[in-house]
Amino acid sequence: MHSSPYIQKNENVSRMMLAVIYALIPGTLVYVHFFGFGVIINIIIAVVTALVCEITILKIRNRPIKPFIYDGTAVLTAILLALALPTLTPWWLAALGAAFAIIIAKHLYGGMGYNPFNPAMVGYAMLLISFPKEMTAWIPAETHGLSFFDTLNFSLFETLPTGMSYDALTMATPLDSIKTQLSLGFTLDEIRSTNSTIFGNIAGYGWEWINILFLIGGLILISIKVINWHIPVAVLGGLAFMAMIFNFSDAGSYAPVSFHLFGGAAMLGAFFIATDPVTAAVSNKGRLIYGAGIGILIYIIRTWGGYPDAVAFSVLLMNMAVPIIDYYYKPAVFGVAKKH
Amino acid sequence: MSSRLWKIFGGLKLAGFKTMSMEHATQDAPLAKTLVLPLKQHIGKAAVPVVKVGDSVLKGQLIAAAEDYVCSAIHAPSSGKVTAIEKHLIPHPSAISTTCIVIETDGKEEWGKCITNTNYRQLETNTVRNIIRDAGIVGLGGAGFPSFIKLNPGSNNVVDTLILNGAECEPYITCDAMLMQEQSRKIIDGLNIMRHALQAKHCIIAIEDNKRTAHTMLVNALQEHEADYISVVQVPTLYPAGGEKQLIKTLTGKEVPSNGLPVNIGVVCHNVATAAAVASAVLEGKPLISRYITITGEGVDRPINLNVLFGTPFSELVDYCGRNNKAEQFIMGGPMMGFEISDDHIPVIKTSNCILVQSKKTEPEYVMPCIRCGQCADVCPAQLLPQQLYWYSRAKNFDKTQDYHLFDCIECGCCSYVCPSHIPLVQYYRFAKTEIYAQEQERKKSDIARQRHEFRLFRMERKKAENEERKKQKRELLKKVNGEDNNEDDAKKSAIKEAMERVKAKRDAQSIAPKNTSDLTEQQQKTIAEVDSRRKKVKEES
Repeated sequence: MHSSPYIQKNENVSRMMLAVIYALIPGTLVYVHFFGFGVIINIIIAVVTALVCEITILKIRNRPIKPFIYDGTAVLTAILLALALPTLTPWWLAALGAAFAIIIAKHLYGGMGYNPFNPAMVGYAMLLISFPKEMTAWIPAETHGLSFFDTLNFSLFETLPTGMSYDALTMATPLDSIKTQLSLGFTLDEIRSTNSTIFGNIAGYGWEWINILFLIGGLILISIKVINWHIPVAVLGGLAFMAMIFNFSDAGSYAPVSFHLFGGAAMLGAFFIATDPVTAAVSNKGRLIYGAGIGILIYIIRTWGGYPDAVAFSVLLMNMAVPIIDYYYKPAVFGVAKKH
Repeated sequence: MSSRLWKIFGGLKLAGFKTMSMEHATQDAPLAKTLVLPLKQHIGKAAVPVVKVGDSVLKGQLIAAAEDYVCSAIHAPSSGKVTAIEKHLIPHPSAISTTCIVIETDGKEEWGKCITNTNYRQLETNTVRNIIRDAGIVGLGGAGFPSFIKLNPGSNNVVDTLILNGAECEPYITCDAMLMQEQSRKIIDGLNIMRHALQAKHCIIAIEDNKRTAHTMLVNALQEHEADYISVVQVPTLYPAGGEKQLIKTLTGKEVPSNGLPVNIGVVCHNVATAAAVASAVLEGKPLISRYITITGEGVDRPINLNVLFGTPFSELVDYCGRNNKAEQFIMGGPMMGFEISDDHIPVIKTSNCILVQSKKTEPEYVMPCIRCGQCADVCPAQLLPQQLYWYSRAKNFDKTQDYHLFDCIECGCCSYVCPSHIPLVQYYRFAKTEIYAQEQERKKSDIARQRHEFRLFRMERKKAENEERKKQKRELLKKVNGEDNNEDDAKKSAIKEAMERVKAKRDAQSIAPKNTSDLTEQQQKTIAEVDSRRKKVKEES
């Protein structure tokens, strides 16, 4: 016999995770449209690996398997990791990342609900540090000319159709090329004019659409109350604020706000990665601080750091700050005089 | 008075399930053969029986008196005979048994003497409070705190607003709504009496805006002059709008301080049913012996509100309302804050507002780990961090739970309701609270033991010191006395000495020394010495 309440909202963890996965679909489809079936292949490899690892570890840890598989967290971790990977990659990259995320970043810290760091981002960071070549080589949006089988073939056997070479096919992302060329002393306008194919209307070609659809998915999640607005707004706000200041001070050397907001993994990070509740701050004020920290760090690492995108490192750095944010930002309790 | 309403933080919009029990007017429950009356149906000390087994009692007769301040008297709900004073299962979350007076009813419903006080406005406020106290009235909203105490503002407080709580925000429960519809005038009479006792300036009757009929009936029942100081206000339907602190915030914008009482901010809050009971007690001289109670849920065919005498067994009420095969789980109170009872052979008491009869829930869902989603904090009307409280309660880190204001938790259940991991959060808080109470008790006990021990040591020390002191004093006294004695002695001694010297001098003068020992020859002296040494030797040898 348990105590009250005896009624409960028709809601559970699986439903929440499933909602997040559904909200990823529009962005993912556009991603596939621009960057080919590698996206899907990566997702499948990562999900299968994640599930196998999850079941194995649950067995070893003597935990019930069904509730923890159905909760959908392992699948979501795998999908987020796969979406962060370049699309033309050998199969073991996604598999290794997913296994690392589930086994090391999730279960070694105590499993679902206990991991201090976002597992998908830990997996991604590990891959980026260990395999920088594979992790920074992107095929161009839309013009890559690879079919599903070409991509699958590369994934499994690392072979490409005759006449194509990996090095010729792959290139840096728009974010990365801007950074490289700015560091070589070119101005933004010069970079734009010499690399017209990789730029779209407001950000990187293709990337801008992917970001817009992830933004829409994220807004849906907010409207159905699966996530709160605080973190995404703070992430984008922090990023936009930094971009605005620097772009305003020197428009020739710093990319405009839109380029940052709709480039790279900004929207995916703001709405789907930073909002992972387990690793984020809990109070609304804390969430704003946490999100703003991520946004500012994304800008700093993108602009002055050595990596092509910065979502993973920013999220992991702010994950570290969560306990102290939670400690200092508690809501004012009813009837307790507010401190001034 | 402004009609502005303030928003409370958090809360839930819950399905009401209220219409099912409001289709019929309230009926009197059939008189039970046996009425079981627990001596403690309220917060505070148990009442003390004033009847013996075998005594005949009249309806409304005092059967157990309140001998403590925080205590409430118990009256016979019907005429009959006291057949036992014994332990009986009572409505309690832990299914405990306590001492109850058992009355076999005779069916005559014969009233004892009732003293009416229609001119209460001429009475001292203290007298009014005593009438209410003697009538055994406690808060009928659920807590059961003796009402006369809450009608005493104390000398330092001025009551600006008296609030009658008719919000009734829990799903299923409709007894207050029905009472407001059917006894609206009585409630206002009671409110006037309470206002007199508190000398309150304004009165507000607060009703959730889903109870339109109740609102209309109360507004219609107001007399013209009463409208000057009584306002009937609709508050938004939002669980837990009827929580005392939440209701006060909604109506006045003021927050009852943590660890404080409403009266500290000039507000007193009573339940509408309590007001009706006060009216009966003062105007009709009838003590509290019955109440409205909702019998509802899918386990009964005819959900309805009944006017029930205290002591009537739940089982008879459920039978009366058409117990069906879904009647498996019994909850006293609502689904959010009530408690499950394992056995329906327990009596209705002053705080029983609802019996919810349901089919047994399927296995509770698997409790997943907390994913820190924070939905609990978003709905918590006390603005706490339920998640942190959960971690610390689970870890038995009770000091930390108090840092996070565990005792501001009103146990409304909103957090548990929304938790996607299905963690029974409130259960953890109840556990932590009782553990802290127990520790407090334990600490008090050991404090007392320590104080006792320390006092014993102190006492022994003191005794020793006193003894020492006494001895010292005695010694000093003795010394003093001895000193005087010595002086006398000295005087005597010197006198004796003088006398002896005088005698000696006289003797010397008379020269009476033996002559044969003087002028001895050398030989003689030698012989004497020899003799002496021999004697000495013999003496030593022997």
